[in-house]
Order: sequence, then C-alpha cells, then structure tokens
Amino acid sequence: MIEQRYVARSTAIAARGLGDETMVMSASSSTLFTLDEVATVIWKAIDGATPLEEIVTKTVCEQYDITPEVALKDAEILVKGLAEQGLLLLSEKPIPQSSISLKVNP
Amino acid sequence: MATLTALAERSDVIVEIGGLPIRLRSEDPSFVRLIQMRYAGYVSASEEATFDFEIELVPPGIDSGDQDLSVRWDSGRWLMERGDFRAEFNPSTARGRIAQSINPYSLDSVLRIVHTLLLARKGGFLVHASSAIRNGRAFLFAGVSGAGKTTMARLAPPDAALLTDEISYVTRPDGRYFAVGTPFFGELARAGENLRAPIECVYLLAKGLENKIEPIMGAEAVRGLLGNILFFAQDAEFVKLVFDAAFDFVSRVPVRRLTFVPDRRIWELVV
Repeated sequence: MIEQRYVARSTAIAARGLGDETMVMSASSSTLFTLDEVATVIWKAIDGATPLEEIVTKTVCEQYDITPEVALKDAEILVKGLAEQGLLLLSEKPIPQSSISLKVNP
Repeated sequence: MATLTALAERSDVIVEIGGLPIRLRSEDPSFVRLIQMRYAGYVSASEEATFDFEIELVPPGIDSGDQDLSVRWDSGRWLMERGDFRAEFNPSTARGRIAQSINPYSLDSVLRIVHTLLLARKGGFLVHASSAIRNGRAFLFAGVSGAGKTTMARLAPPDAALLTDEISYVTRPDGRYFAVGTPFFGELARAGENLRAPIECVYLLAKGLENKIEPIMGAEAVRGLLGNILFFAQDAEFVKLVFDAAFDFVSRVPVRRLTFVPDRRIWELVV
C-alpha cells in the first residue's frame, strides 16, 4: 500500500500572494522565498487534511497539461524543499489544525 | 558661582529617535557623558521618557560583537544577546536592562533592535538605506554593504539634509510613510540631522556605467525592499508585522532601481 503524504503550512511564516506568485518568509531565518505560479497553486491548496497526491490531481493536473506522475514527483520535490526550510510540515497522517497557518494571501 | 544643580553629575540621559524618547540610566557618570556625546542632536531636553533602560557596565569579556545575535520573545519580554551585550526589555512595563562593556557601539546595537521591535507594531521599520530630505521630501537609497549608500550621502548637494548614511528609519504615523533622521551612521561617521519628511521614493542602488532610473513593481519591489529591511527577531509575530509593512509600503511608495556612476550629477536625476 502506498503511504499518503499530508502537508501543512508552518505557523512560523509570513506569506502573501502577489499576482501569480506567493512570497513566503521564514520567521526563524527571515529568509524570503518566492513561489512560482504552479507552486502557488499547491501552496494555496494544502490544508493538512488533503493528501498531496489528491491536491496535485485536483489542482495542478486540472489546470496544467501535465501527467499526474510527473506533477506528483515535482510536487514532492517542492514540498520536501520547503519543509527543509521550515515553511511546511510533512506527515504521513493528517496534520491537526492547531499546527497549521490558515492565513493565505491576506 | 556654580550651582549645586550644575555640579551634580547626571545618572541618566533621554535619547529620542523617531519621536520615541528612551531614558538610559547608568551609575557611571562618565558613561552618561559618553552617551550624551554619541547621541548629540538626539538628546531630549524633556524629563519624560516612554521607555526606561538601566545600563550595567561590565568588564569587557573575551566575546566580541561578531558573535551571532539572538533576539527572542520569552515570558513577556524581549531578550537580546550578542557577544558584547545582554539586554532584556518588557514592553508592558516599558522597562529594560542592558549589561554591556563601556563600548558605546554595543548600546547603538541595542537601540537599533529596540526601535525595530517598537516600530513594527506601528507599521514602521528600519532599512539598510541612506536617506536625505530635499525640497521637503525624503529619498531613500537602499542597498547592501558596498552598494553606494554612503557614496550617495557624500554626493548630496548642500541643500539636502542628510538623515543617515546607513540605517533609515521609516515611520507610518497617519497612513503616510515618513523618513526620520537617526544617529545611526556608517562610513560617513556622522549622525544624521534630526528631521523628518514624507518619503517620495525608494531607490534600490546598483553601480553601473551610466545613470539610469527604472521603475520596479510588484513582487520585485517587495523583494528589493525586504532584502534590505532589518529583521533582528526570530519571532513569527514580529516577522509577520514587518513583512506586511513592506507590502503596504510598496503599495504606497514608488520603488525604483537607480543605476549610477558616482558623481554629483546623479542628484539632479533623482530629486
């Protein structure tokens, strides 16, 4: 059985959308990251409760001409990189709301 | 004949930057005199202060100011620590303590941090930029070390009032952004004039072979500004406040890239 991966935004960040991009700043390092259009689609959709595979299928694959396999592989690289920077939380189980930053693109 | 008042050594001095009077108290009168000289132009004649800091002078240790700075919120107070000082500050009681050697640059660093923390709640920030007032309007020249901040300050015409050559102080009193003079200086080694004016424009500095101004919009403008704002605190709430302030600032104040050759003609182009 393939294990699901759940993703949530960290509470220790500041984030804002600007056009098609999203700018995210780490509170611990004050480092600024810019997410491109596709990464922004994923960023907006992650909620801690929906598996990454489902997010990719329902958002990225519906909006862009890309196969689910390739999209999921790219998404996994993205979320892993953002998690390493402390911007995302990753889990094999749904992530409780108390750990999640709900503020998206204020 | 000298009066008793005149003979009495002062144990405190109020330094007012950006309209924020901070009382600095030390049992060592010579250090108080040192503060008065260092912050000349920013010493308040009033006896009223918004915040009080007690300074304890400690012998210089082996640690230097090069050590990593730590600024964190803990149990209702800000804790600030570097190799050459330890300080804490409780915003609720408006009181704080600083343990440092007699080096005035340690106090300079503490004041920069304290102002950054206090400004964030009011929508303001400190930014790596020189700034000057000309014709009643303030202009900021932002950039990393070596970008030309001090050069722009040195090239300023005689009718420009220099606010700083290193750290610009940005306030937002009534929905408008103002630049305020500071005693925080860089290579120029001279405090800025204690004045303020509405900000007309921020220039992101770049050295080049010709003088050129290009407007910068949206994400690029935010990135350029955020890259120069001082973030001292490893605290999510503080970072969010300053992050939001940068977005708001960019929506109200033009940001431009200024490529320049370092001669006086550049000022006729920018102002």
